[in-house]
Amino acid sequence: MADVEQDKDEGERKKRHGMLKMYYGLEEDKPGAATLDPCDINGAHFKPDFYLSKLIREKSLTELMDKEADMVSQIRSLDSDMQTLVYENYNKFISATDTIRKMKNDFKKMEDEMDHLAANMSAITDFSAKISFTLQDRRMQITKLSGVHALLKKLQFLFELPARLKKCIEMQAYSQAVRYYTKAQRVLHQYQHMPSFQGIHKDCTDIITELRQKLRNHFKDRESTPKQLAECVDLLLQLNEPAEELCDEFLAHACQKLNMDLAELDRQIKLQMGEQVTLESQRPSQAYLNTPMDILEFVDSGCNGFLSNICLVIASYNDMFLNKLQEDENIDTIALKKLVNFVNALMEQYFNYVQRRVQLEKETGDNTILVRALDRFHRRLQAMNKLLPDTDFSRAGTDIVSKAAKDRVAHYLDSLKQHFADCLTDIRQNLAAPRLTGKQDGSPNLNELLSKIQSACMDQIKSVLSNLQAFIASDITFAMKPYFRGPFCASDVREVLVVGYVKHVSSACQEFCEGSGEKGSAPPSLLLILSRLCLEFDSSTISYLISLTEEQFEVDSRSNLTQVSQLCTEAKDTSQMLLNHFVKVQGLAISQMLRKSVETRDWLNTIEPRNVRAVMKRVVEDITSIDTQVGQLYEEGVRNERSSDSSRRTHSHTASSLQRKQGNQWNFTPSIDNSLMSNIQKLFSEKIEIFSAVEFSKVSVLTGIIKISLKTFMECVRLRTFGRYGLQQIQVDTHYLQLYLWRFVTDENLVQVLLDEIVCSTVHRCLDPVLMEPSVIELICERG
Amino acid sequence: MEDEASVIYGLEFQARTLTAQTAESDQVRFLVGTQSLKAENQVHHIDFDDENNQISKNVFLHRVGEIWHLSASTIDKNLLATCYNKTSESKAEMCAAVWRLPSDFDTLQSEDHTSHQSLELVCDLTASDFGDLKSVLWHPTGDSSNLVGIADSHILVWELETSSASAKLVSSAELEAKGQPRLTCGQWNPHHNCTQIATANDTFIRGWDLRTMEQVYTIENAHGQLVRDLDFNPNKQYYMVSCGDDCKVKFWDIRNVTEPLKILAHHSHWVWSVKYNHFHDQLVLTSSSDSRVILSNIVSLSSEPYGHLADNDSDREDMDAKDKESVLPQDGVIATYEEHEDSVYAVDWSSADPWVFASLSYDGRLVINRVPRAEKYKILL
Repeated sequence: MADVEQDKDEGERKKRHGMLKMYYGLEEDKPGAATLDPCDINGAHFKPDFYLSKLIREKSLTELMDKEADMVSQIRSLDSDMQTLVYENYNKFISATDTIRKMKNDFKKMEDEMDHLAANMSAITDFSAKISFTLQDRRMQITKLSGVHALLKKLQFLFELPARLKKCIEMQAYSQAVRYYTKAQRVLHQYQHMPSFQGIHKDCTDIITELRQKLRNHFKDRESTPKQLAECVDLLLQLNEPAEELCDEFLAHACQKLNMDLAELDRQIKLQMGEQVTLESQRPSQAYLNTPMDILEFVDSGCNGFLSNICLVIASYNDMFLNKLQEDENIDTIALKKLVNFVNALMEQYFNYVQRRVQLEKETGDNTILVRALDRFHRRLQAMNKLLPDTDFSRAGTDIVSKAAKDRVAHYLDSLKQHFADCLTDIRQNLAAPRLTGKQDGSPNLNELLSKIQSACMDQIKSVLSNLQAFIASDITFAMKPYFRGPFCASDVREVLVVGYVKHVSSACQEFCEGSGEKGSAPPSLLLILSRLCLEFDSSTISYLISLTEEQFEVDSRSNLTQVSQLCTEAKDTSQMLLNHFVKVQGLAISQMLRKSVETRDWLNTIEPRNVRAVMKRVVEDITSIDTQVGQLYEEGVRNERSSDSSRRTHSHTASSLQRKQGNQWNFTPSIDNSLMSNIQKLFSEKIEIFSAVEFSKVSVLTGIIKISLKTFMECVRLRTFGRYGLQQIQVDTHYLQLYLWRFVTDENLVQVLLDEIVCSTVHRCLDPVLMEPSVIELICERG
Repeated sequence: MEDEASVIYGLEFQARTLTAQTAESDQVRFLVGTQSLKAENQVHHIDFDDENNQISKNVFLHRVGEIWHLSASTIDKNLLATCYNKTSESKAEMCAAVWRLPSDFDTLQSEDHTSHQSLELVCDLTASDFGDLKSVLWHPTGDSSNLVGIADSHILVWELETSSASAKLVSSAELEAKGQPRLTCGQWNPHHNCTQIATANDTFIRGWDLRTMEQVYTIENAHGQLVRDLDFNPNKQYYMVSCGDDCKVKFWDIRNVTEPLKILAHHSHWVWSVKYNHFHDQLVLTSSSDSRVILSNIVSLSSEPYGHLADNDSDREDMDAKDKESVLPQDGVIATYEEHEDSVYAVDWSSADPWVFASLSYDGRLVINRVPRAEKYKILL
């Protein structure tokens, strides 16, 4: 284009120059400014006249001259520029013209060829139209023929079907047969009105019935594996057998197998129970089968046999019936219901067996196997849960586990009770034994026996607790279940076992108190030991046991649990009861001696006392031995402030006061004065409770016994009538008692008061009350 | 509702035996026998004036010896029997005699008390071959003039003829057991036409049929220790109560002697005496050598276990029935009386006033008490 423009009028060169510049991309001048300013020599609106007049008007001559020279030089350079441009572009233009001319020629040639082509094409179209016209009829025939061919092929398949099916069945390729049949079935069904098809159809149905029969037989066969079964069922389903019926049959079949497993479990239980079970096919090699399995084996065989089978049954049932029949919700639910019922019934039986077996596990002492067995059982059940979502066997399983744990706990409690009873028998024997061997080492060491029974009890309960810990070991799955762990730890172990045991000890001890004398006939030392044992329970053992249990079994919820303080109080009460009973029994034993001695003597006709009666010595001996017994187990206890005087001085003092008093008394109106004196005396001394509770100290116990004995002595004396020497004998006896008994009691005044009262009563009951000289009494007592 | 204070009467001598004047049904009268080896013994005839809360007494001398047991006749209110200790230098034996009170309160008033009248001897009850006599029992209803004596190991029956002032020994039975069994006490059963008595020896209680003089039942080991006293429920014919040295009071059904019906253990020493109230058999008195007298309410074994049902007004019956259920009387101790300072060996109910009873301690203190009013109204209403 630029060449074309160069050819045009060269008069407007400025314009052109601008255009050229534009073409060559030179945009140094601003067109906007140039357009408006008429004085811009490079602008489009340049007006030479205006410019010239302006120059002339504005510029001086020299400036004009300069300008003119400048402009001439500019013009000159522009001229030369233009000449080079023209020259350069001319060559290009020439070559372009040549090219165009050449092209003109070539196009002409091409046009001719194109025309030729068009002619040829029309000829071809004609031909093809002709051909297709001629071929039209044939093609119709061919498509028909190929259709017939296909049909014939199908027909052939149908005709061959019976044979094929037979062959398949012979080859036991049942699935193939079924596939063939299902393919053909619809057609046959549709065309069964036609005789030929009818024949085939009949043959086929016969064969298929046979096949069904076979499959059914297969299905019912005991030997067939679940996988085979599943296949059978699958095929039968494809053969449109009613699903419900199949479900039933399948389950019935499964039931047989599972029942066999259960029967085996049953047999094991019977073996365990010691029943004689004979297998039908008893062979010597199978004799080992008759030795009962242990619980772990039992559960294992249950898991591997019954549970895995039932899992397989459920799984295949799911595959066969539940996952397929989704088009029909109704059947699906029915099938599911059937399965659930079936499984539930069987599981119930199974649980029943397991429970029975677990209950048989009572005798053994070892928990680990049982726990492992239960754990395995529990784990297996959890796995089952996943298979059958609607049912919760693990709950039932946990119930069994809890039951087993409970049974264990109960069993342990029994054995603890038994152990405690054994301990008691042991102590009794120990208490009885040394007396047989002789008196070389005195009475048996009660303290030793106490610590023995204490440690035996503790050891036993500790070992039981550690055994039970197996149930909550961290690797046991059911131990982590809160609904097992909570009740087990809190109610079973803590409440039933530990608290139950402590309560049992208390009540067992209390029983010794109730069989008063004749039935119980517990040796008094046993009462003493038990009393101390209960006291130990109160002070330390119970809280230790409970905290040990709570620590080991992580029992934290303290609400609703038996409080330690309550148990302690109970133990303390029991201890108190036992000690009171001990005091009573010992007191009565001594009372009995005193009573007999007072009742059987003829106090009117007795001779002048020369000795302390043997029975008093016996009483002192007995009390001394009781004192050593009690001293082995109980603290000394507090005595009331004891005068530093010797007992003898105390006694002689009171005796002399008695003497003085009575010396006066017989001179005046005796009886009134006498009763007055004794009444005044009583006014100042406190009332003495005879069978009162005692404290846990030696002196308190001894005081209790002595009180009972002396009160009996007094009551017996009051029932008798004495002669002079009878009274004096009583004086001697009481003095002797005073000499030896003061050291055992809390308050020696108490003994003094009681003994004084005995003498007073004797004086009252005496026909000839002449008292013996204290010095003589002392002499006799010293001699005795 | 302040309960009136108990009334205390002091004897100069020690005393062990007390009885209500059984045949007297109008006045509250008691008889007390003293025990003194030196002085002359006395029988105090006590009259209690309930309204004025006052005691008046008649003292009669009992010269033959200290009185161990006293029983008032059911036939004639002026007759009584005592078992007394006749002592000499080397011998003490227990005899029994029937006496007549020479005068009554009605005839003898405000004479000088310095010289006491003696009891008039009706007749001696001879039992020289049978050992010491422990107690004499009058026929419970007074229908017959027979007397039963409890000797060491024998039961003796006399027929008393007041007209000729003689008592004839009509029959006797011997208790045969190993050792030398000594009967401690006896009680005449007021039921079964008064044909049975019960005796106690050691820990045994035995029932005897007076017609055949043979044992009819035995309660072995009735108490852990000696049995001290017995009493029959006056309204329920098979019920009996016993007490003893094991500090317990036991209730028995004599048809089933293997187990007691109930055991009370409120005393802290031997229980010496137990008495049913003659009118309201739920009230049982016991006394003990712990110096206490305890009044218990044993309504569960009484003839009125549900209170007075007959009193229900018909219009309030429903409400009453409900009330009865909620406040059904319970067994328990009504009151413990601690006025005594020595062993209380005897206690008895008044034969005239069902709410009055007397207790006697060894130091000669006689205390007359009443059933607390609250309890009285509970029983009556």
